[in-house]
Amino acid sequence: MQATSHTGYAGHHDHDSHGHPTGWKRWVTTTNHKDIGSMYLWFSFVMFLVGGAMSLIIRAELFTPGLQYVSPEFYNQMLTLHALIMVFGAIMPAFVGFANWMIPMMIGASDMAFARMNNWSFWLLPPAAILLTASIFVPGGAAGTGWTLYPPLSIQMGMGMDMAIFAVHILGMSSIMGSINIVTTILNMRTPGMTLMKMPLFCWTWLVTAFLLIASMPILAGAVTMLLTDRHFGTSFFSAAGGGDPVLFQHIFWFFGHPEVYIIALPAFGVVSHVIPAFSRKPLFGYVSMVYAIAAIGLISFFVWAHHMYVTGIPLTGQLYFMYATMLIAVPTGVKVFNWVTTMWRGSLTFETPMLFALGFLVLFTIGGLTGLVLAMTAVDIQLQDTYYVVAHFHYVMVAGALFSAYAGLYFWLPKWTGHMYNETLGKWHFWLSMIFFNIAFFPQHFLGLAGMPRRIPDYAQQFADFNVISGIGAFGFGFSQLLVLVVVFQAVKGGARAASRPWDGAHGLEWTVPSPAPYHTFEDPPHFDQAEAHG
Amino acid sequence: MSHPASASRYFVPQPSHWPLVGSIALLLLATGAVLLMNSVANGGLVLTGGFVVLAVMLFGWFGRVIGESEGQRYNLQVDRSFRWAMGWFIFSEVMFFVAFFGALFYIRVLAIPDLASPEQAALWEGFQDSWPSAGPGASDPFSKMHAWGIPAVNTLLLLTSGATLTWAHWGLIAEKRTQLIIGLLLTIALGVVFLCFQVYEYGEAYAHMNLKMTTGVYGSTFYMLTGFHGFHVTLGVTMLTVILLRVLKGHFTAERHFAFEGVAWYWHFVDVVWLGLFIVIYWL
Repeated sequence: MQATSHTGYAGHHDHDSHGHPTGWKRWVTTTNHKDIGSMYLWFSFVMFLVGGAMSLIIRAELFTPGLQYVSPEFYNQMLTLHALIMVFGAIMPAFVGFANWMIPMMIGASDMAFARMNNWSFWLLPPAAILLTASIFVPGGAAGTGWTLYPPLSIQMGMGMDMAIFAVHILGMSSIMGSINIVTTILNMRTPGMTLMKMPLFCWTWLVTAFLLIASMPILAGAVTMLLTDRHFGTSFFSAAGGGDPVLFQHIFWFFGHPEVYIIALPAFGVVSHVIPAFSRKPLFGYVSMVYAIAAIGLISFFVWAHHMYVTGIPLTGQLYFMYATMLIAVPTGVKVFNWVTTMWRGSLTFETPMLFALGFLVLFTIGGLTGLVLAMTAVDIQLQDTYYVVAHFHYVMVAGALFSAYAGLYFWLPKWTGHMYNETLGKWHFWLSMIFFNIAFFPQHFLGLAGMPRRIPDYAQQFADFNVISGIGAFGFGFSQLLVLVVVFQAVKGGARAASRPWDGAHGLEWTVPSPAPYHTFEDPPHFDQAEAHG
Repeated sequence: MSHPASASRYFVPQPSHWPLVGSIALLLLATGAVLLMNSVANGGLVLTGGFVVLAVMLFGWFGRVIGESEGQRYNLQVDRSFRWAMGWFIFSEVMFFVAFFGALFYIRVLAIPDLASPEQAALWEGFQDSWPSAGPGASDPFSKMHAWGIPAVNTLLLLTSGATLTWAHWGLIAEKRTQLIIGLLLTIALGVVFLCFQVYEYGEAYAHMNLKMTTGVYGSTFYMLTGFHGFHVTLGVTMLTVILLRVLKGHFTAERHFAFEGVAWYWHFVDVVWLGLFIVIYWL
């Protein structure tokens, strides 16, 4: 067996995890991809609860018309921090956590290519989180601009804005280092025989995602740097009086921001592409077309940014180009949805919790994708820009898309990580409560948006009251349902039925050839790559 | 299922506290900068503390890596990893510059002509589409930075430094240590002279040309692009100096010297960016 416990190589000096530090020192000094993956996942869950609490403040304020609990300024800060924390603190680190745990095991490597830098990528997140959350308490409060940080408002904000800017810088460093690590690991550390086109699809999605991050995070860093100099050093990038243009910021921001959408979505696609074949007991349909679809989505994502800016006065030809280019993304995305559905066709299906979440993803992400197509149409978007229709759209993609997929991955690989099966009953409860409350919370927002309710406003007209009550009930129900997953994970970590090395009979890939829980160092030597494990 | 215990057995570094030290440094730097920019007490102190901790981290971490490298701990696979990583790092730096170049192009091609268009005449009466421009709200006259003085000399300096660095590399491959050391020294000297000229140019711009960061978009883009580039030259000179010190200590062989090559890639990247700057900032 290649999967050996590390004691088997005690005499070998290049692996010096033997007698690695214990207690808190283990976690701050670790160079182990599993430790770092776990830290990413726990960090993202904590941030998920913080960002979730902020969204509940928002929904409580919106429960009835009028102002009741918070001031409009604080409301703005909550919606800004909610978005920044959920995007940069919860969803992205969650999938980096999956990447850390799974990529070395999937490709038959001992660890990430740069194990020490990997730890820095993680430990840069807490300083950024401290800067973001502490900014609530400084004079002037946190940034209240929305996560897009548009000038001129972001130029006028207090020092909380500077803290957000530096937090973005630090998060960018973390993402770029993490991505370079992932790209290098995938390109250089695969076990002999695993060609790129035999690689598990999760690795493919991360290869393209990491490329998107390396290409787009520096653009965001440049944008916020110009904000900073406009704020404090008298430059005029975003000021018309000095010859600049506030719309320039929007162009730069969305040149980052649109790839960012796929940075969140692609790893989610990757996870689902493992879960659906496993519980259909069939190989993934159309592996090669999946790879090309991922690459196409990644590439096109750089050429569609101004569909966020139809109402800024861009020329008609620009609107037409961005409309058609945006709709083009629906083609490779449609290929993926088609392949997932076809994978299930005549499969031997069972519906354990990972599969339920993957199916929830499939249905709700497709709805979110279709509303995205609606919003891509310039003539329609001009009516819907900055309404709750947009809020509903991106929550279907981000929550029911990315988050549900993350849960599918969590339940799928939890037996491999902990060595124990999770509580299936609680898992199913978690899924159904999430599924029902999610739709109660966000489906009515489509109607609110179509009726004209603007986003990012703490008050609204009387006619929107009923749907907001429904949405509020759904949001609180969804929020508290998420605590169930904490119970499930704690139970699985502490004990439960022993998990076999391949607890899901339909699952393929090198990670299932090693014992559960996976040994601290999975592969001391490149493992033999059995073709039966190809494509994950 | 046995496999040959090959030379490509994986390298995984030992647990290390340097990442945490680096994170503390960045938290201090960010906090210090926020305090300083908002004129809150002790900002400078916190910022300085951050720089000190960062320096300690860089010494400690890179010292560790150099020690591992000289201790023959890195196999060919690690070498390939370093090559991939340095390439992607430089790509990320290119994209950082793309943001600033993109801002310049947008302002010159779209924003300034738009502000001078008839539709904007009610807001900005009499504003002419021209470059350099400090925008319609500016009243202070300023002079343009001309290409064929110091900037042209600087271009020549950087291009020459690229050649001397390659000459040093040839020396390393041919085991001619004297050529290697002289080549590195020349490269560093050319880089330092470049930086001195740049500082002199800024001084002239502020003292005699009324060209400041506050001089509208022309000043903004000029100082942002040249300043960010100058920061990269400073980093490059620092890295080259470290390489020189390592050479003097007898590090590197004709076959294994990726630290040297990585720094050389970086230096050439800085060089190419300068050519872009020379053309679009100074010349056109």
